[in-house]
Amino acid sequence: MPLLIKNAMMVNADKAARQAQDILIEKETIARIAASIPANGHQVIDAKGKLIFPGLIDIHTHLRQPGREDKETIESGSKAAAKGGFTTILCMPNTNPVIDNAMVVEGIIKEAKRVGLVNVLPIGAITRGQKGEELTDVFELKEAGCIALSDDGKAVSNSQVMRRAMEYAKMVDILLIEHCEDPHLSSCGVMHEGYISTLLGLKGIPGVAETVIVARDIELANYIDTRIHLAHMSLKRSVELIRLAKSQGIKVTAEAGPHHFTLTDEAIKSFDTNLKVNPPLRTRDDVEAIKEALKDGTIDCIATDHAPHTLEEKELEFDHAPVGMIGLETAVGLTMTELVEKKVITLEQMAERMSFKPAQIIGLKSKGQVKEGFDADITIIDPKKEWTVRKEEFVSKSKNSPFIGRTLKGCVATTICGGRIIYQND
Amino acid sequence: MKTAEKTVKWTRHDLLDLDELSKEEIELILETAKSFKEVSTREVKKVPALRGKTVAMLFFEPSTRTRVSFELAAKRLSADTLNIAASSSSLTKGESILDTAKNIEAMNVDMIIVRHASSGIPKILADALDPSVINAGDGCRAHPTQALLDMFTIEDKLGRLQGVHIGIVGDILHSRVARSNIWGMTKLGAQVTLCGPATLMPQYIERMGVSVTHDLNFVIRNCDVLMALRLQNERQVEKFIPSIREYAKVFGINSQKLKQAKKDILIMHPGPTNRGVEVSAEVADGNNSVILDQVTNGIAVRMAVLYLLLGTKNTRK
Repeated sequence: MPLLIKNAMMVNADKAARQAQDILIEKETIARIAASIPANGHQVIDAKGKLIFPGLIDIHTHLRQPGREDKETIESGSKAAAKGGFTTILCMPNTNPVIDNAMVVEGIIKEAKRVGLVNVLPIGAITRGQKGEELTDVFELKEAGCIALSDDGKAVSNSQVMRRAMEYAKMVDILLIEHCEDPHLSSCGVMHEGYISTLLGLKGIPGVAETVIVARDIELANYIDTRIHLAHMSLKRSVELIRLAKSQGIKVTAEAGPHHFTLTDEAIKSFDTNLKVNPPLRTRDDVEAIKEALKDGTIDCIATDHAPHTLEEKELEFDHAPVGMIGLETAVGLTMTELVEKKVITLEQMAERMSFKPAQIIGLKSKGQVKEGFDADITIIDPKKEWTVRKEEFVSKSKNSPFIGRTLKGCVATTICGGRIIYQND
Repeated sequence: MKTAEKTVKWTRHDLLDLDELSKEEIELILETAKSFKEVSTREVKKVPALRGKTVAMLFFEPSTRTRVSFELAAKRLSADTLNIAASSSSLTKGESILDTAKNIEAMNVDMIIVRHASSGIPKILADALDPSVINAGDGCRAHPTQALLDMFTIEDKLGRLQGVHIGIVGDILHSRVARSNIWGMTKLGAQVTLCGPATLMPQYIERMGVSVTHDLNFVIRNCDVLMALRLQNERQVEKFIPSIREYAKVFGINSQKLKQAKKDILIMHPGPTNRGVEVSAEVADGNNSVILDQVTNGIAVRMAVLYLLLGTKNTRK
């Protein structure tokens, strides 16, 4: 049955003036947008007082399947995504086995299809087993359905390997996503190296561990004349390097996570292991720089780096607990509360950072906007609704969020993917 | 000092580090320790202050000195003690630290004295458990009773801490002793200068209110107290410095270098010393050394801490 959204206040990245219209969805496509469309027995959603965003796209998640289904599965991760307003998610290849061959890719796509909630697009590894040595079969991975390649979890630390990866990926026309971290500099660090790590006696990860790889990859991309996407940027200095590179026409894009524009290393005084994340939480200066970069577009998009871990693992000492926090279900609330409500970015910029740009970066031509002829991926947000993050309410299998207990303003009301309602907040 | 006891009432349930204590609270501990020092010189080295109390020592990291010192302190106050040497990490055990501690709590102990190789464990226990928690050293973060006994020793020898210039020499990066001492000493008005290789000096440590130099001779010439730190783990430290040999040459304290020092300079070391590395044997055993006084005073200071935490009525925060 066709779906009709009445009183739809659309928020698109292209800054067109917002005014309430009706949206008619037929099959998997936005068929018509007009001032008033008669109901004609269609299923109707009245979106009065709410905002209609293009379906959100998260280009950085960890779904843990195959290998760690106790932490998350494609099914539980898809549910978490739908609840968080995401209609398309990209899953990182650091699974077990690693997504470095067609068979694993096909398995993920098949399972995602069976689950049938959001679009799950696998990211393949840049190197076999993510060992940083030999390139994966890039043509084959792309053909199997990989949307991008990354060794996320670690950087491709050998510069020669990265050079070859860039040259080869350019030929195949597939995006490379770099996890920027020099492993020798970050060594066994567990938090940002600075005054707080000094006070807490915890081993530090210096900012340069990130920036040397940012700088290196920008230089390589410039030399090879290809594009590179930098994952989870966390530092003021990284922003400066990217800003300079963009001004020189180098094809670099970047993302930042909600935690990196919300939290600082100060929070770790509590020793809450849910705050242990890689790259680590940085200083107030860095947080402000990330916000500024999201405002001026130096950082193109918001990506969650959703990283589920079990309670048992997060109960370990801060030194030994695994890195990462879940993020799919809190991204909209945090973005609206920390960025939109505080007037760092506009709603249109939020649509740009969370849907339009991610679609552009990964080359999804029919996604990222609410427009006639586009895919019917739509996120309806109630901008006024305040809610408190509660551990028991996460649908993700893991509950490792440092935001539990925090009150946020802005809540996903309905998520529509491919013309079907996949989530509704009752 | 006398006035401190009158004006400050001890209300704390745990001792995690000196950063959370006021100047007056630190003074109260040191003052209380003075009266307990005498107990250890008696024929019968025991007072009944903590009779009926149970103190569990939960050491996830090997320790002889600190553990024995706490044990004697508890016994001289007539408390029952319980020693638990746990494996170094819950990683290997499959049991979380909190779970281990909760098991001990369930046996109705009054206090848990904990040491762990990871920073933050005492705080996590204190946040979750009923018994008092004393931090006996966590990772590179804090070792408050060591700092208290160091301060007690300085005050005992020099009569004050206010205005005293203290040099702390060595591996500051990995030293919980240095961090706790910095908090305590600066609160009590001492001037602290840190000295060590650049690679073993943590980021922005000056913000704690200390100065930093790499010139040991400068420190020796200017300080009233010189505290050498143990090179924590020689193998680990070798990644930070060219060699132990060069370290001993540049940052080791020997009698030759000490010739430039004030005559009555105090030489301290939290122990155990690597003789010939941080301090030469001659200096460690020399007239200026108060290294063994530190050990003696450690018992009195720990008795004071145990007494204040358990012997007074405290409510959980």
